[in-house]
Amino acid sequence: MSNFEIAALSIGEALPERQHTATNVSLFCYNAAIWNPHRIHYDEPYTKNVEKHPGVVIDGPLQGDWLNQVVVNWMGDNATLVQFNYSNRRASYIGETLTSGGSITAIDAAAGTVDMEIFIKNENGDVITPGTARVRFA
Amino acid sequence: MSDLISAEARSWIGRKGEPIHIEVNRSDIVKYSISTEQQQAKFLQGDEAPAMFLFGALRPIAPLAELGPDGLPEDSFLPDLPLKRVMAGGTEMTFHRSIHPGDKLVATRSLADLIEKQGSTGPLIFVVYNMRVETEAGELVLEEKQTRIMR
Repeated sequence: MSNFEIAALSIGEALPERQHTATNVSLFCYNAAIWNPHRIHYDEPYTKNVEKHPGVVIDGPLQGDWLNQVVVNWMGDNATLVQFNYSNRRASYIGETLTSGGSITAIDAAAGTVDMEIFIKNENGDVITPGTARVRFA
Repeated sequence: MSDLISAEARSWIGRKGEPIHIEVNRSDIVKYSISTEQQQAKFLQGDEAPAMFLFGALRPIAPLAELGPDGLPEDSFLPDLPLKRVMAGGTEMTFHRSIHPGDKLVATRSLADLIEKQGSTGPLIFVVYNMRVETEAGELVLEEKQTRIMR
């Protein structure tokens, strides 16, 4: 992560995109770490037959975490995250590769804040988890 | 149009849950950071908690015998609703202070709203919680509005 200042930024500037491919192993570790025993994240027959999903479900809050990492990894120690919102609009299933990214929507140099629109997209390019974030530069 | 939400359930709006006390532990931060594929050393080494760490740290921990057929413990802070399946909805978070190993935190939830909606696959109920996390010394750490979807 490099050092940069708020003055160097412009509206519309894109944040680096990143791809995320959840696996049975990564989802097991995540759900163990957050102590989530919900069967839709590891029991495929139950997930399909009982809760009627087409496959093992990638946790919504895991997508939320990837979403805030778009901002946090971009800003490094140049700024702090002050606000972060997202909504899970559509479910996503194991086997899908998701893409996280975002862009700058507003800059308030006097307050030292920068606002961003951030997204998780599926392989079709549909935004399944939109969000926003605000960071404050020191 | 609130056929699905009973008057009894509606009476829960505004109710406060029992405060949850946790002490933040470095190895819990490390496990969370690895499993969410964090890229910064301060998270991977457990020096600072990632923004959504508390989502996991504050989840209920119940004995195996109390887990239901879906694997989840019954949530004592949820009114009786006719829709039983839980989905993640989203969140709005405001951060006031970073979280580090050894922090002793108190989280208080209140049930802010119950909203009935029509989804593409049938009716949904949005359950909205407000959460406030402070240190035991009373310093504000974060405020969050969390939405869970019942389908």
